[in-house]
Amino acid sequence: MPVLASDIENVIRTNLPVTHLEVVDESSGCGENYRVLIVSEAFEGKSTLARHRLINELLKAEISQIHAFTQKTLTPKQWAAEKP
Amino acid sequence: MLRSALQPTVSATRAAFRKPTSATLLRRLLSNDARARIQRAIEAKPVVLFMKGTPSIPQCGFSRAAIQVLDLHGVPPEKMKTYNVLEDSELRSGIKEFSDWPTIPQLYVGGEFVGGCDIMLSMHQSGELEKLLQDNKVIVQVEGEAAEKAVS
Repeated sequence: MPVLASDIENVIRTNLPVTHLEVVDESSGCGENYRVLIVSEAFEGKSTLARHRLINELLKAEISQIHAFTQKTLTPKQWAAEKP
Repeated sequence: MLRSALQPTVSATRAAFRKPTSATLLRRLLSNDARARIQRAIEAKPVVLFMKGTPSIPQCGFSRAAIQVLDLHGVPPEKMKTYNVLEDSELRSGIKEFSDWPTIPQLYVGGEFVGGCDIMLSMHQSGELEKLLQDNKVIVQVEGEAAEKAVS
């Protein structure tokens, strides 16, 4: 049963206040390889490791079924600074 | 008669063995053993990387990126050890549980879990990785120290 980008998106949206979210399927459709950008105020004051652990925990079931998962976790402030 | 007398005892013993006790005990022993093995592994060198493949032949793009980042910082070979999880299925599943981290590669510095590929890349970009490696005496701070010595 392939994991859909919308599955990942739903889990994140229902569990975190999200300013910006991108879920990109890089596996050309087989649902095995996702790149995720999450911008959330929930990351404020948390180290990158803590942020990733939070997301790994939320997406435990999904990550165990896919081959590759890349995440970028930013606070709204960091996101604003990164935007050109 | 002897047989019939023995039978209940034997089956009772068997039943006792089949009960959760022996199974869970076995599993826990195995897990403890694996845990101790991993603990020794992460303390073997200041920098320890669990990866797919070897530094010269990485078997996955994420593991390749991790090696390239360490290489970029000039981590000397004698301070680093890599483990190929593809050669050891127990280690492959065990390290995920040990670190509470779902993916490979996994980096440990000074016996502490640092993170996976994404974290290594972002720490590399921010300069945190260089500082972490310096703090753990894996690499030396070149510019500042060299300049000071040259002056004195």
